[in-house]
Amino acid sequence: MPTSSPPGRRARVLSPGTSRPSSEAREELRRRLLELIEGNRVMIFSKSYCPHSARVKELFSSLGVDYNILELDQVDDGANVQEMLSEITNQKTVPNIFVNKVHMGGCDRTFQAHQSGLLQKILQEESAYEYDLIVIGGGSGGLSCAKEAAILGRKVMVLDFVVPSPRGTSWGLGGTCVNVGCIPKKLMHQAALLGQALRDSRKFGWEYSQQVKHNWETMTEAIQNHIGSLNWGYRLSLRERGVTYVNSYGEFVEHHTVKATNRKGQETYYTSANFVIATGERPRYLGIPGDKEFCITSDDLFSLPYCPGKTLVVGASYVALECAGFLAGLGLDVTVMVRSILLRGFDQEVAEKVGSYMQQHGVKFLRKFVPVMVQQLEKGSPGKLKVTAKSTEGPETIEGVYNTVLLAIGRDSCTRNIGLEKIGVRINEKNGKIPVNDVEQTNVPYVYAVGDVLEGKPELTPVAIQAGKLLARRLHGASSEKCDYFSIPTTVFTPLEYGCCGLSEEKATELYMKENLEVYHTLFWPLEWTVAGRDNNTCYAKIICNKLDQDRVIGFHVLGPNAGEITQGFAAAMKCGLTKQLLDETIGIHPTCGEVFTTLEITKSSGLAVTQQGC
Amino acid sequence: MSVLQAMALPAMPQRQPQPTKEFLNTPEKQGTPRAPWMAVRAPPPPAGTRWGLGGTCVNVGCIPKKLMHQAALLGGAIRDAGRYGWEVAQPARHDWSKMAEAIQNHVRSLNWGHRVQLQERKVKYLNVKARFIDKHTVLGVSKDKKETLLSADHIVIATGGRPRYPTLIQGASEYGITSDDIFWLKESPGKTLVVGASYVALECAGFLTGLGLDTTIMIRSIPLRGFDQQMASLVTDHMASHGTRILRGCTPSRVARLPDGRLQVTWEDRTCGKEDSGVFNTVLWAIGRVPETRGLNLEGAGVETNPESQKILVDARDTTSVPHIYAIGDVAEGRPELTPTAIMAGKLLAQRLFGGSSDLMDYSNVPTTVFTPLEYGCVGLSEEEAVARHGQEQIEVYHAYYKPLEFTVAEQDASQCYIKMVCLRQPPQPVLGLHFLGPNAGEVTQGFALGIKCGASYEQVIRTVGIHPTCAEEMVKLRISKRSGLDPTVTGC
Repeated sequence: MPTSSPPGRRARVLSPGTSRPSSEAREELRRRLLELIEGNRVMIFSKSYCPHSARVKELFSSLGVDYNILELDQVDDGANVQEMLSEITNQKTVPNIFVNKVHMGGCDRTFQAHQSGLLQKILQEESAYEYDLIVIGGGSGGLSCAKEAAILGRKVMVLDFVVPSPRGTSWGLGGTCVNVGCIPKKLMHQAALLGQALRDSRKFGWEYSQQVKHNWETMTEAIQNHIGSLNWGYRLSLRERGVTYVNSYGEFVEHHTVKATNRKGQETYYTSANFVIATGERPRYLGIPGDKEFCITSDDLFSLPYCPGKTLVVGASYVALECAGFLAGLGLDVTVMVRSILLRGFDQEVAEKVGSYMQQHGVKFLRKFVPVMVQQLEKGSPGKLKVTAKSTEGPETIEGVYNTVLLAIGRDSCTRNIGLEKIGVRINEKNGKIPVNDVEQTNVPYVYAVGDVLEGKPELTPVAIQAGKLLARRLHGASSEKCDYFSIPTTVFTPLEYGCCGLSEEKATELYMKENLEVYHTLFWPLEWTVAGRDNNTCYAKIICNKLDQDRVIGFHVLGPNAGEITQGFAAAMKCGLTKQLLDETIGIHPTCGEVFTTLEITKSSGLAVTQQGC
Repeated sequence: MSVLQAMALPAMPQRQPQPTKEFLNTPEKQGTPRAPWMAVRAPPPPAGTRWGLGGTCVNVGCIPKKLMHQAALLGGAIRDAGRYGWEVAQPARHDWSKMAEAIQNHVRSLNWGHRVQLQERKVKYLNVKARFIDKHTVLGVSKDKKETLLSADHIVIATGGRPRYPTLIQGASEYGITSDDIFWLKESPGKTLVVGASYVALECAGFLTGLGLDTTIMIRSIPLRGFDQQMASLVTDHMASHGTRILRGCTPSRVARLPDGRLQVTWEDRTCGKEDSGVFNTVLWAIGRVPETRGLNLEGAGVETNPESQKILVDARDTTSVPHIYAIGDVAEGRPELTPTAIMAGKLLAQRLFGGSSDLMDYSNVPTTVFTPLEYGCVGLSEEEAVARHGQEQIEVYHAYYKPLEFTVAEQDASQCYIKMVCLRQPPQPVLGLHFLGPNAGEVTQGFALGIKCGASYEQVIRTVGIHPTCAEEMVKLRISKRSGLDPTVTGC
């Protein structure tokens, strides 16, 4: 039997077991260790023979403070405990000391804290930290988490600071979605749709002056005004819920502590029991001569004070295609330079249809080219830029002159400059993303992450909102529900909108094998397009069913007007186990586009034509 | 005007029909399997409007009304466009004739498409007016009075309904028109009085207003009877705030033509008992529809109808009181008067008759959408109906007033954009009814109708991740229950 040295008591962690625990056993171990840390005012993990450990025990004894010890050399599973501790604290050695749930570090740091008075302060405080939760990043995910935690009665702080883009653009509270994402892009998309509506309206009998021009400044000002009101609304709702909002850049400096630097460079330190990283992503640059000096990104486009003019969009992400789409819809000359495929990760059949619709409507595509240099020919608003690009397949190079070059080649996580290394939060070194477990917890137990910084999770506002909210609820004991990242619907707001939920045909084939799938599809012609004289056989509907599971719908794809509005309900139905039979039994709403899914008859395997005739 | 209604279902094992004594325009190939069919012909409406093959939906219903609704929406789009940076001289003018011609051309192409489809599937189409001689025999009379005697093993009655004219109002049928006429007008109806509160009435008044016409709607009692009444009043509130004049509690008493051709309508305001009058270019009756059963000599075949509604009594298999005579669509008693239900019922009937199927039509949870200026989509029970069936205590209603993103920049009023989900109160709170008022309601409602079909619960719906930014996502973000008394206005993103 191990002996305990008074006044400390011995803590018991493990039942005898194997030396290489399963992941389940590891989780159990982690949970028990956290219980010890949370449940004891002072918790010391040590080894009975370690002189440093002995010094620390003496220190606490001299302070007359009750402490708990786990001697790793005397429990059966000490090696595993030590490994888990190093995972939790990023500290491999003993002693490993926690005071009031604060990780103090080892012997030296505990003595330092004693000398500086911090140790006494932590011991005295009822809660060791100023905050229950500090959220770094005031976007969709961060704000929803902060607000929910505040509703549950916690003391919460949000740190949000927008580092200006290389072109100097910055914005207010709310993150990407509100400022440089969903909201302005959908509004610009709407502006472009209205351009189409104006053309359609003549066919429906409306008469107005022939020349209709678009005024970029009017649109942008109206959109920016709306965004301004949303920024304000966010600040207000944080205030109403008692969340402290600090417009400063947050970075970790030590465990449980962040440094917040404001615009003037003033630094303030805050401590918290838990942290949520919700710093999101920013557009990537090419790393070629002239990119940061002369190109813009989606961070700049929506508040651009002048019409971008003839534009080259580089990239084939949804951001690239959406921007190219609305710019063309507003009447601009737009070219998209694509390195390889359109809309990677989306169903490629539909992606190609998205592209070909854009092409038919005036967007030029340069495929299999990448820019190598951007030079300024003329300054101005907009100026003139010369872009040199080379083929991805050969030595060919081309040049083009544009007023604006918009880079939309992808986004990078804002995780490399927030001090994660100081507290040992692991990131994927390749893409900067943060791996988390199924409760959004990083490898450092008190640090969580939500939103676009997460590795392997969809980068979507509603997902971040849901994840943030559920995280706050779990953290504060209100619920144990986890965020379900499966079958998440989304919509690409290209000129012809593309809504989807579940698997692409490629992914379904990979997971279930072609022979186990039945794909139903059809082209359709929205009623409103008939009189408007718009392209027949352009809109497309497709579902992918798993024959081995009662023809359950595992993929839903719609290309057409209002795809987002259509897809939402079907996503809810998929959540409830939608099958082909149920689709067939459901009555359509006539005349809508959505009703096409209730009358899908043609399978891809039949090879029959899907062109549409009649009502 | 037409009609032979035929169920087009080729390539099914079929019984040979009885030989018929008829003369047809199209030569028939020997041994061609023929589908069962029957022919009917309705009298032209008083205004004399006629149309081609395809029935109400294609000619005087869903299709033209949605297109005119679209024309009205585009009028709104032209106004919005200015806010979005488009420099359009306001106000834009609308040319009715141009719109009507475009829509009528589309409808004609659909008429043609239906004929081609029948031909392709070897269904004989006869443009004759039909009536029963006996249980198995139908007499068809063509436009030039040629008679054809037809007989078949199975006969399907799918003659639909036609707008009702008021019988006791002087001048109603001489001077008024109905939805049978409005879509085929070559000239603008001008200042219009729409009488009625059915969805047809509201839709017509809505698009007429949207096209810039001075429009009044006269409602005797409640709008959209049978629909959720909270939603119905939001629909009419929206119309009122967008320029439709609404006369409530009024009933017309006579219509007279003035020397200048305009129509003077006199009505009684039953809220105060006073008589009032107004002058209009057009009076549109939309007070209901009557089934087309009277000219069919149903008695001659022994087919029973409901004496009150005049609709044909049918069982779950769509069979009338005569076992080999069936009725589907608007003419059948107790069926929703909707195109997609009629289509599906027809298809299922054919499959039961000749395809060895026994599948019955499920008439529960049929989704529908009213294409008023602000569209109203719904599926399942109204709040009133849910309360009546389950009791107030057992019902939880989640609701929200939301603002479509596109409305913000357009500075449009969103006071009536409203969603409500009627659930059972007991977890997991199965959804009984969904009601959505806002742009693209039809598109939004369709998928959720499936959800209800799958037995969705409130918990499942709210666990669905939203699609941002859409109006439909507000449905999965519903959190405020009526019982809580909290403000259901959605704020923020």
